[in-house]
Amino acid sequence: MDRPRFRWHIVVFLAPAVLVYTAVMIFPLFNTLRLALYSKIDQERVFVGLENFQRLFLDPIWSEQFWNALGNNFWFFVVHMLVQNPIGVALAAVLSHPRLRFAALYRSAIFIPTILSFVIVGFAWKLILSPIWGIAPSMLDAVGLKALFAPWLGKEEYALTTLALISVWQYVGIPMMLIYAALLTIPEEVLEAGEIDGVTGFSAFWKIKLPLILPSIGIISILTFVGNFNAFDLIYSVQGALAGPDFSTDILGTFMYRTFFGFQLQLGDPHMGSAIASAMFAIILVGVCIYLFGIQTRMRRYQL
Amino acid sequence: MKHKALFLALASTALTATGAFAEDVTLNIESWRNDDLTLWQDKIIPAFEAANPGIKVNFTPSAPTEYNAVLNSKLDAGSAGDLITCRPFDASLALYDAGHLANLADMEAMGNFSDVAKSAWQSDDGSASFCVPMASVIHGFIYNKEAFEEVGVAVPTTEGEFFAALEAFKADGNYIPMAMGTNDQWEAATMGYNNIGPNYWKGEEGRQALIAGEQKLTDDAWVKPYETLAKWGPYLGDGFEAQTYPDSQNLFTLGRAAIYPAGSWEITGFNAQADFEMGAFKAPVMAAGDTCYISDHTDIGIGMNAATAHPEAAKAFLSWVASPEFAGIFGNALPGFFPLSNTPVELEDPLAKEFVSWRGECESTIRSTYQILSRGTPNLENDTWGASVAAIKGTSTPAELGAKLQDGLAMWYEPQQ
Repeated sequence: MDRPRFRWHIVVFLAPAVLVYTAVMIFPLFNTLRLALYSKIDQERVFVGLENFQRLFLDPIWSEQFWNALGNNFWFFVVHMLVQNPIGVALAAVLSHPRLRFAALYRSAIFIPTILSFVIVGFAWKLILSPIWGIAPSMLDAVGLKALFAPWLGKEEYALTTLALISVWQYVGIPMMLIYAALLTIPEEVLEAGEIDGVTGFSAFWKIKLPLILPSIGIISILTFVGNFNAFDLIYSVQGALAGPDFSTDILGTFMYRTFFGFQLQLGDPHMGSAIASAMFAIILVGVCIYLFGIQTRMRRYQL
Repeated sequence: MKHKALFLALASTALTATGAFAEDVTLNIESWRNDDLTLWQDKIIPAFEAANPGIKVNFTPSAPTEYNAVLNSKLDAGSAGDLITCRPFDASLALYDAGHLANLADMEAMGNFSDVAKSAWQSDDGSASFCVPMASVIHGFIYNKEAFEEVGVAVPTTEGEFFAALEAFKADGNYIPMAMGTNDQWEAATMGYNNIGPNYWKGEEGRQALIAGEQKLTDDAWVKPYETLAKWGPYLGDGFEAQTYPDSQNLFTLGRAAIYPAGSWEITGFNAQADFEMGAFKAPVMAAGDTCYISDHTDIGIGMNAATAHPEAAKAFLSWVASPEFAGIFGNALPGFFPLSNTPVELEDPLAKEFVSWRGECESTIRSTYQILSRGTPNLENDTWGASVAAIKGTSTPAELGAKLQDGLAMWYEPQQ
């Protein structure tokens, strides 16, 4: 009786991915968590335990900025959930309509911004919305609504929402594609059976399609959550590291960047920066766990 | 462009390295000014080499954003050049504290510079000087001469006249009275607060008193500039809240704005872009005849690597940098970057001349937040950006802003506690 031979090929095939992933993801992640426990005192790195976190949450200079960034981050996320995902679902529903002409064209047109660089998106929108050269004021003027125009990116009360909507414009193609794919997997027979029972049009969408794509919507929500709480690029490219005006667009990513790398005369503090990065990691971890254990396991799935 | 500059740098390094005679000493200069590569190669270095046979000089710049990191790693590895271009204040002080920059306080040529000029590269107590000051930038206002003639406005010297001029342009309606935006924040602090402020806090007197803890940011001298900034808002263009720095530059050079709160570094760019005649005036004083103060901010210096193999040759070069000859070459090649030596330099550019002439009439000072005061958390410089923007937009009162900045500074800066 032969013992089963050790299957070396599994190790060999796994090795490249594991090594690369460990080197560029796992090691930096744990090193960041470790770095958060140190501080630099008189040119030397000293272990200080949880002191950095104590400062981050209890010292008013830090905690004020932290809660401001976290609050802004939540609003950024809420806008995406309320605008990006419903629009994505609606677009997918329209696109999957069998009698729609030029569906492929619309699909690509809506998806293209997703593959653009955030620098291009940020710059283009900054120009569009510019009160001096932008086309937004003149377009509003053409329809007699000039009074509605404001320098949105420069006003504390609008800047964050404006940026969130720019981000929605850029990424709405992702939920659209995922939902579109989910809608295509719904078999015709199910819909036909519904039609025989008199469920057509809108009610077919609400009663048949939506329950079937709910798991996909769940996945999209969690992707949006992770993406938004890691966001940094668009805000940095449009508003800079100080996330103006008056920190009204400061999210955790920009706060971390500013602290870690320094800004203008502010010298970088890798240890406090790591503490903020660790807090971001914890927030995302908790959010994902709530979703995985609290929501996904309770979601009803249908065998198609 | 950048690649080309880098390639040229590499090529020239190779050429000079092979061409040097054995007895020649070769000095390498570390710098972030890759824009100035041709100026160094065609003008500065030949002039020095002609006067100092036996010393060869290589200018080997890196990209501005990478300079600090590149320099630090080179210094740690012992491969850095003999001469090091110095950023002002804490970045260079850290190099000196780490033993990378040599103390030049006993160098005779340092006597060619005023205390303000040297302050950017000194230890906190002023006993050690580690870089020779090369150039500064001066703040003021650049204006469109044609617009002033058209609307019939005289160049303002007092604050009353300044606001009267702005009002005249606003009433006329053809020009945006002043081109500045608050989107990028730093203009409001650098070209706003630190431009007009020295007249209120009496330049060095107030700045030193603040560092010593004798004055507070809640004092009138430090709050009043915010009150003045608060009056700027109505004279900035529509939607100035979202106007960026390049927007402001373009508005002015396209001739759509009358006044531009400026730093002298704009001169080269504006000369190339604007097709109208420009003039400059300094920050207005309260009443005619008051002593005027200008922000003459030290921006670039050059020091000696403490580990250099040729300290004598390096010092010879530094002494030459401190000489009027260098100042003349540098100041004329880069109008807007003004040499700091005490002997006045004959400049050719009319706009640059206008700026530098204020040194004779007014007291010089540097930006209030740069020395020592922006070392801690919260960072006073960053907070000043935010406060200047808030003042212009009117989202906070000047008194509130002063109190907030003072609280922030007092949190970590002992003399203010």
